[in-house]
Amino acid sequence: MARLEPGQQLPPLRTTPDRYLTVRYAGASGDFNPIHIDEEYARSVGLPGRILHGLWSMAQVARAQTEAAGGPEKLRALSVQFRGMGVPEREVEVTGTVERVEDGVAIVRAEARQGDVRIVRNAIAEIALD
Amino acid sequence: MTVKTEAIGKRYAPVSYLVGREKIREYAAAVGETNPLHLDPAAARAAGYADVVAPPMFAVVYQAPSVMPALFDPEVGIDFAHLVHAGQEFRWERVVVAGEELATVTTVADVAEKGGMGFYEFDAVTTDGDGATVVQGRWKMLVRGG
Repeated sequence: MARLEPGQQLPPLRTTPDRYLTVRYAGASGDFNPIHIDEEYARSVGLPGRILHGLWSMAQVARAQTEAAGGPEKLRALSVQFRGMGVPEREVEVTGTVERVEDGVAIVRAEARQGDVRIVRNAIAEIALD
Repeated sequence: MTVKTEAIGKRYAPVSYLVGREKIREYAAAVGETNPLHLDPAAARAAGYADVVAPPMFAVVYQAPSVMPALFDPEVGIDFAHLVHAGQEFRWERVVVAGEELATVTTVADVAEKGGMGFYEFDAVTTDGDGATVVQGRWKMLVRGG
């Protein structure tokens, strides 16, 4: 478990979504938008190919928080913005820094990137401390 | 583009969702969770929970059946060909475990036009069987000018 003190960085979370991750996530989440699962359709609407679900990427940001905090019950709030598009078969890295601690709650600023592309930005998490 | 703002404040009927153990495990596997609280009923019980615990972001699974009909509501008038999920917020009051029956109510929180783009925000509030709030979500959508 990470110490959550101002200035502290969360342990980085790294994961590489495999070729069929978006298909499994579509089934698990119920979001079957073809831009995530159909290469041909994604290209037909001007995308480079199938893209990751933003909410899957947000779940990686959430997991970085709960793993650092020591459990799912510690995460009180999370807000994010989606901008750059995530793609399968490329490593996703989530980083975060504790910005401040107030009333037993750590405020963490985080983001998720694939290389130079920030796929989740301006994430702010509230983590309850014991 | 012009947006229709008449739907602001529109509130939809509650949509119920029964949280299932295997759905939690399927979701946990898809997002890479390894905490046994999400996967192993015995580990969850040993930690004091009635059954496996949903990862916090499982909120998207039980809120989506309430939020999606609002997105598709012709009165809201979203142009799906140009729809982008711009942002998302959740505030959790507690964790959810398998076997719970939840209800979610969605409200059209805001519709606005800025810089040729349409901004649509939906509030979704999930309550438990006692009527206590479990999760509040804000779903933020953007429609690029077509």
